[in-house]
Amino acid sequence: MVVGLINANPVVYEKKERRSRQAPETTDENAAEAIDQLEIFDILSLDIKDPEHPYSLEELNVVTEDSVEINDELSHVRVTFTPTVEHCSMATVIGLCLRVKLMRSLPPRYKVDIRVAPGSHATETAVNKQLNDKERVAAALENPNLLDIVEECLSPTFA
Amino acid sequence: MAMDGGAAAVLREAHRLTGHTDPRVVPRVEPFPRRLAPAPSSPPAAATRPSGSGSCAADGAWQCSDVLEDTHNRTVRSCAWSPDGKLLATASFDSTTAIWEYSGGDFECVATLEGHENEVKSVSWSASGSLLATCSRDKSVWIWEMQPGNEYECVSVQQGHTQDVKMVQWHPILDVLVSVSYDNSIRVWADDGDDEWHCVQTLTEANNCGHSSTVWALSFNQKGDRMVTCSDDHTLKIWDTSADLSQPKTSDNQESWRHLSTLTGYHNRTIFSAHWSSEDIIASGAGDDAICLFAEDKSSMVEGPSYRLILKKEKAHDMDINCVRWCPQDPRMLASASDDGTVKLWELRGNALD
Repeated sequence: MVVGLINANPVVYEKKERRSRQAPETTDENAAEAIDQLEIFDILSLDIKDPEHPYSLEELNVVTEDSVEINDELSHVRVTFTPTVEHCSMATVIGLCLRVKLMRSLPPRYKVDIRVAPGSHATETAVNKQLNDKERVAAALENPNLLDIVEECLSPTFA
Repeated sequence: MAMDGGAAAVLREAHRLTGHTDPRVVPRVEPFPRRLAPAPSSPPAAATRPSGSGSCAADGAWQCSDVLEDTHNRTVRSCAWSPDGKLLATASFDSTTAIWEYSGGDFECVATLEGHENEVKSVSWSASGSLLATCSRDKSVWIWEMQPGNEYECVSVQQGHTQDVKMVQWHPILDVLVSVSYDNSIRVWADDGDDEWHCVQTLTEANNCGHSSTVWALSFNQKGDRMVTCSDDHTLKIWDTSADLSQPKTSDNQESWRHLSTLTGYHNRTIFSAHWSSEDIIASGAGDDAICLFAEDKSSMVEGPSYRLILKKEKAHDMDINCVRWCPQDPRMLASASDDGTVKLWELRGNALD
């Protein structure tokens, strides 16, 4: 079955210069290192491929540094992403990739909320509800076809 | 909070069960006399009971007594003991429900209920033990009747919900079934006397002061005249369920179930589980890793019943709490299960009900 691409000609943005991370001020090697916004953005932007295109989510402006809000003290992370088109049926897959990537990268104490940017998607509420229902996420990740798609997006070998 | 005399109520961790080794494990618990059945997300279900013959509260160590395997090939989402404690039903993402019989020191799978299109999320026995209900992501609620010889006949398939159904639970006395859903509604089901099952009431945000997001769980008090529900909207709601909905409707102004109270501001993430003890203490467990206990505030009956927080146990687990259950034999013993892979047993001490 040949299926047309949801967004055949996405706008590709240049990768932004990375601001350098501040060296930790403390010299106490045993201090728990706080995780910051840039670190999470790096995790999300560099290694996740768009489900439809050979570009990273950063290159498509699906996630930017401002997408990531973190409260390390409360162990809370919120990622707000912007699908390339308003009716993008890939939004839930992208959201699932973001969630799985964070699940695998962050310590388990973190609570993660994933949402599409307000006004960026036709069925915003439904997409957000699905992405934050952990039972739905668990069931989706037991679906071999869906898991294959997620794994492909998370495979770091794309270039 | 004010506690007259005596010590304030505390929850003391009495035991920690860590048998689930799979890091993806999402244990849930269903206690029965001296035996717990946590349902992990990995296929085998494990039953646990204390060694020796002490009561639940005995300081004896708990150990894994049985692992139920080779039946489900996907996550076991929940389980339920039959009222006589002889049968255990397990609901699985593999779209089946298995019935296990405990005999001769072993659990044996005696029946497999098939019919749901996809993930079965919850299973519940009626008070008489003759009816079983299951629900699924396929939006349906199925009612099964137990026949001689471990046969289960599907007597009804109900399609009222518009999204996946998270939990089913029978009324503690009547053959009245309640289901809660991702569609934010609570539905009440009863048979019209001719073995035809119907939705006899739907509790929604718009019409009944119901929940504004997914309803995850419900629990009745022992008498069955109160019900608590909990939701992704971070609230618990208490309902007056004293109207007998099992009787066929005779007039339009017949009594129905109604909202009594909303407990808000106690949890700041999804509340996954709530359970009502035989001493009328409501326990809740949530995605904020905390357990809260509530009781009716008898001093303010003027404005109708209200409920107050007895205590909040912050960081009761390291991750989301998926399930809380009181021990039926010992109303001061609470079990909780978490994404952190552990099941904890808690003792409630102090004057909780003063």
